[in-house]
Amino acid sequence: MSSLTVTDEQVSATPAKVIQPAWVRVMHWTNAVAMVLMILSGWQIYNASPLFGFSFPREYTLGGWLGGGLLWHFAAMWLLMINGLAYLVTGFATGRFRKKLLPITPSGVLHDVRAALTFKLGHDDLSVYNYVQRTLYAGIILVGVLIVLSGLGMWKPVQLHWLVTLFGDYPTARYVHFFCMAAICAFLVVHVLLALLVPKSLRAMIIGR
Amino acid sequence: MAKRSFLIPGVDKRLLIKDSIKTMPDVTRRRFIAGGASLGALTLLTGCDVVDSSSADALLAKISKFNDAVQDFIFNPDALAPTFAESAITKPFPFNAYYDLDDAPEVNGDDWKLEVRGLVDNKKSWTLPELYKLPQVTQITRHICVEGWSAIGSWTGTPLRDFLKLIGADTRAKYVWFQCADKDGYNSPLDMRTALHPQTQMTFKYAGEILPRAYGFPMKIRVPTKLGFKNPKYVVSMEVTNDYKGGYWEDQGYNSFSGS
Repeated sequence: MSSLTVTDEQVSATPAKVIQPAWVRVMHWTNAVAMVLMILSGWQIYNASPLFGFSFPREYTLGGWLGGGLLWHFAAMWLLMINGLAYLVTGFATGRFRKKLLPITPSGVLHDVRAALTFKLGHDDLSVYNYVQRTLYAGIILVGVLIVLSGLGMWKPVQLHWLVTLFGDYPTARYVHFFCMAAICAFLVVHVLLALLVPKSLRAMIIGR
Repeated sequence: MAKRSFLIPGVDKRLLIKDSIKTMPDVTRRRFIAGGASLGALTLLTGCDVVDSSSADALLAKISKFNDAVQDFIFNPDALAPTFAESAITKPFPFNAYYDLDDAPEVNGDDWKLEVRGLVDNKKSWTLPELYKLPQVTQITRHICVEGWSAIGSWTGTPLRDFLKLIGADTRAKYVWFQCADKDGYNSPLDMRTALHPQTQMTFKYAGEILPRAYGFPMKIRVPTKLGFKNPKYVVSMEVTNDYKGGYWEDQGYNSFSGS
């Protein structure tokens, strides 16, 4: 059995350091599922009383009808909120947010946006986020908080009236909720596109290295 | 989806589908409704059929029941819905139902009686003149529809809790269940704590005028702490009961508590 004992040498020879710890990966993909469920059921609810002069195509909505969309929305919200809260707490507690997302300086952002647009932005070290990434990730976390708060306010405008007051009134909270969704969809397009352009970053979010 | 060419001119497609679903046996009906949920896009994303309809249905129904309990838990019987100035009233206040205004019940106020049933001491029926004699209060509150739109209106009537006291209702019972004159028999239950909320009202007037047909003549129940579909119109009877008797929309899947 001694052949099975692990020596110090073997341990130190482990490959590439972990870029995305397990908790980040699990919560990232849980959030991805929750977000897709929330967006598609949200479109179903939107279609029942559109805020603007358009509706979302039926085949991209969840639930079959308003009642079904609401069932999905108020089920997936628990996944989104519990996972999101765990992510925020862990992100602050471990110092990951501070280490990965800060500082964000205007000059740094400008420099990296310019570099990105001229395809000169390197991704040699995946464990360090460039200023474009920092801005997008910090921004989407804030939007995530905002969409949950405005959603809770719409769900309970009497019991949580202070939340609605935060946004102004009920109709305003509804608009905030919609524009947060639009921002998340825009982020999704950019985020997925960039992940596909830099496949090793996608790999890191799946297997950690 | 039905193709346009199969449609009967002048027949509302959505209502037709709804009516056909009703004629299906229960299991088929549930699967049909959930069928709308088995979604190509999601299937593509995950590579599996997310919605095996019957199990997804059962899970969603369970979570909705759990959400009832959560909402009951956070319901504060003393928290009042915001009230507004007259200038904030939405004009015109929208008519809203699952049918057109032409199909709204035309109740004859002279013949109409409010029937009282269940766990109450005094089961006498009430005529409109008798009800009009009860003390009335006015509220200007926001009506929020399950669809997301909202409108501010002015409703006048008797607080339901005063009426329940007057008829000697057992307020330890779980529900007050309302039945209405709408076609297809609208009905809806109110949990007792909401029924006893100070702003829950038996409404006889809108904007100071006798409740018009569009808004539920002769009586609606105004519940500013619930979504619109929990505000029954054209009410013909109320029953104080411990049994959950379902409701028109609740039976089709709207969350039963639907508090706001």
